[in-house]
Amino acid sequence: MIKKIVLVGNPNVGKSVVFSRLTGANVIASNYPGTTVDYSKGKMRLDGERVDIIDAPGTYSLQATNKAEEVAVKMFKEADIVINVLDSTNLERNLYLTLELLETDKPIILVLNLWDEANHLGIKIDAEELERIIRIPVVTTVALTGEGIKNLVNRLKEAKSNEKIKPTSEEGRWIEIGSIISKVEKVEHRHHTIRDIISDLTIKPATGIPIAFLIVFFAFWLVRLIGETLINYFFNPIFNDYYLPLIYDLSDYLGPGFIHKILIGEYGQQINFIESLGMLTTGIYIPFAAVLPYIVSFYFTLSILEDTGYLPRLATLVDNVFHRLGMHGHGIVPMFLGLGCNVPGALSTRTLETRKQRFISATLLAICVPCMAQLAMVFGVLGRFGIYYIGLVFIVLTVLYIILGLVLNKFIKGESPEIFLEIPKYRRPSLKATIKKTWMRVRWFLREAIPYLFLGVLLINIAYAIGILQWFGKAVQPIMAGVFGLPGEASIALITGFLRKDLAVGMLLSFDMTAMQLVIAVTMLTVYFPCVATFVVLIKELGLKDMLKSVILMISVAIIVGFILRILLLGV
Amino acid sequence: MINTTKSLMNLSYNKEAKIIQIQGGRGFQSKLRVMGIREGQKIKIISRQPFRGPITISINGCQMTLGRGMAHRIIVEEL
Repeated sequence: MIKKIVLVGNPNVGKSVVFSRLTGANVIASNYPGTTVDYSKGKMRLDGERVDIIDAPGTYSLQATNKAEEVAVKMFKEADIVINVLDSTNLERNLYLTLELLETDKPIILVLNLWDEANHLGIKIDAEELERIIRIPVVTTVALTGEGIKNLVNRLKEAKSNEKIKPTSEEGRWIEIGSIISKVEKVEHRHHTIRDIISDLTIKPATGIPIAFLIVFFAFWLVRLIGETLINYFFNPIFNDYYLPLIYDLSDYLGPGFIHKILIGEYGQQINFIESLGMLTTGIYIPFAAVLPYIVSFYFTLSILEDTGYLPRLATLVDNVFHRLGMHGHGIVPMFLGLGCNVPGALSTRTLETRKQRFISATLLAICVPCMAQLAMVFGVLGRFGIYYIGLVFIVLTVLYIILGLVLNKFIKGESPEIFLEIPKYRRPSLKATIKKTWMRVRWFLREAIPYLFLGVLLINIAYAIGILQWFGKAVQPIMAGVFGLPGEASIALITGFLRKDLAVGMLLSFDMTAMQLVIAVTMLTVYFPCVATFVVLIKELGLKDMLKSVILMISVAIIVGFILRILLLGV
Repeated sequence: MINTTKSLMNLSYNKEAKIIQIQGGRGFQSKLRVMGIREGQKIKIISRQPFRGPITISINGCQMTLGRGMAHRIIVEEL
């Protein structure tokens, strides 16, 4: 009985696209090694039976060198049928894993993906001859367009093992591969294309570093432009012109009371979508009108950076800096993903090899990298005082990232291996894939954010009604005012920040603070603690003991930074 | 015959060379080999990052970035 089909292959061969073609599921595919760090699971029909199909993280060999690869090997062992996906443009290297797989007794089917690109590059592979030699089914596909997928499904049941291939040494496998390649592959000479020229320009330091600055700057500019445009011309008009009158009607209908307070906010006051703190006002406005536009614009931009294959080049260019911070160039990936949401950022630390690197990367992420939900609110809250204040927050966080990295690199025991990364060929991102990917991440955001926002609004309202928060605000007033120069109520925002940081930033608005006080509060809100969703993931990734260390760091850094900022920005 | 073997680190930019030997532990060797960096393969340096940064090589139509410490342990013969 076939119960479980597992996709196995090197990183960046289009496994995830094959997977999404087979299941019809929405799966993220990028031109960056190590995007799938966890496995995706889906279902497909095979002869009327429903079977599980699993997309394992990419691996070059069954000898795992990082956590993501360990997951892949584990998934492989549980498989009833293995679909081994290969990059046709790079057959020789891909065949190493194939031979390792063939030494086991798992039934295997081979998929030569990126078939069109191989043709394009003048690489001719005789798939039928390959099938004759290794005696397992071989199909060719262009997963991005769906070509060959039907054939793959039809031949799935033919998957089989090859008993003739016995476990051998590394050396033996390469000899075998050499003999296979000489029989099935012919490569025509190829001229330098425009793609190669761009590739060279973006990786050579003299041209690559200025281009990197331009690209990152342009990316942020694009995120801001798309986000702001969506808010000003789409979401705000809808909320102000259509939604607000409805809420006023509801307010009249409900009249004063606790229900009104929870759903809308204080009765009789003007309704303010950010400060009213009602489920139907703040609880709806923040996720949809304040944060969603930026989530859309951020992930749209990130998708393009990922799918083109630019990120590995960026990782190469920044390796120098990140190596001094105890990681290597790959460390920029958790940071970039974390700017969208800290949760996927924390998961992607798995692609780093050692405990030391993962600890530093995850801790710096939790302390210094604000997520897009929080940033969107910072743009909204601080933006009114001028771009200067937003810049100030960014500068403080960047300096902190570097200082903390240098310190942690010195004091955390363990090794920081050097960078070793494949640089994929540039690919043109497909608009369809980009939109699909953005939509998936947006949906994920809404599903995660709205329950927590509602819960946050509800808890705060209840706590206010009972008087706990007022009491707490007064109790810590001396500390907040004395050490950080902030009003006592700011502590309430810090507590709320554990649930949702975007909501917490919004709350700061109602406390009547100066721009500099807001800068301090917003920075502390980023540094002191991750939100509950990230917190849970970090415990899983780092383990309880390391997470405890990380938490102690977060809190002490927040106190120190808050105090220093108070002296620098507010004077003593 | 002149001995022309040297570490990959000392190979001039854009000159083609053949890998003669990979020095280091078994784990290190096989980590490189499964990525296609192995004896007998032709290799070329595409770029070097400044301040002891990593180098990017081209091998068998693939490009890879690796640290200088690793590059030092790859012995090549210039062609």
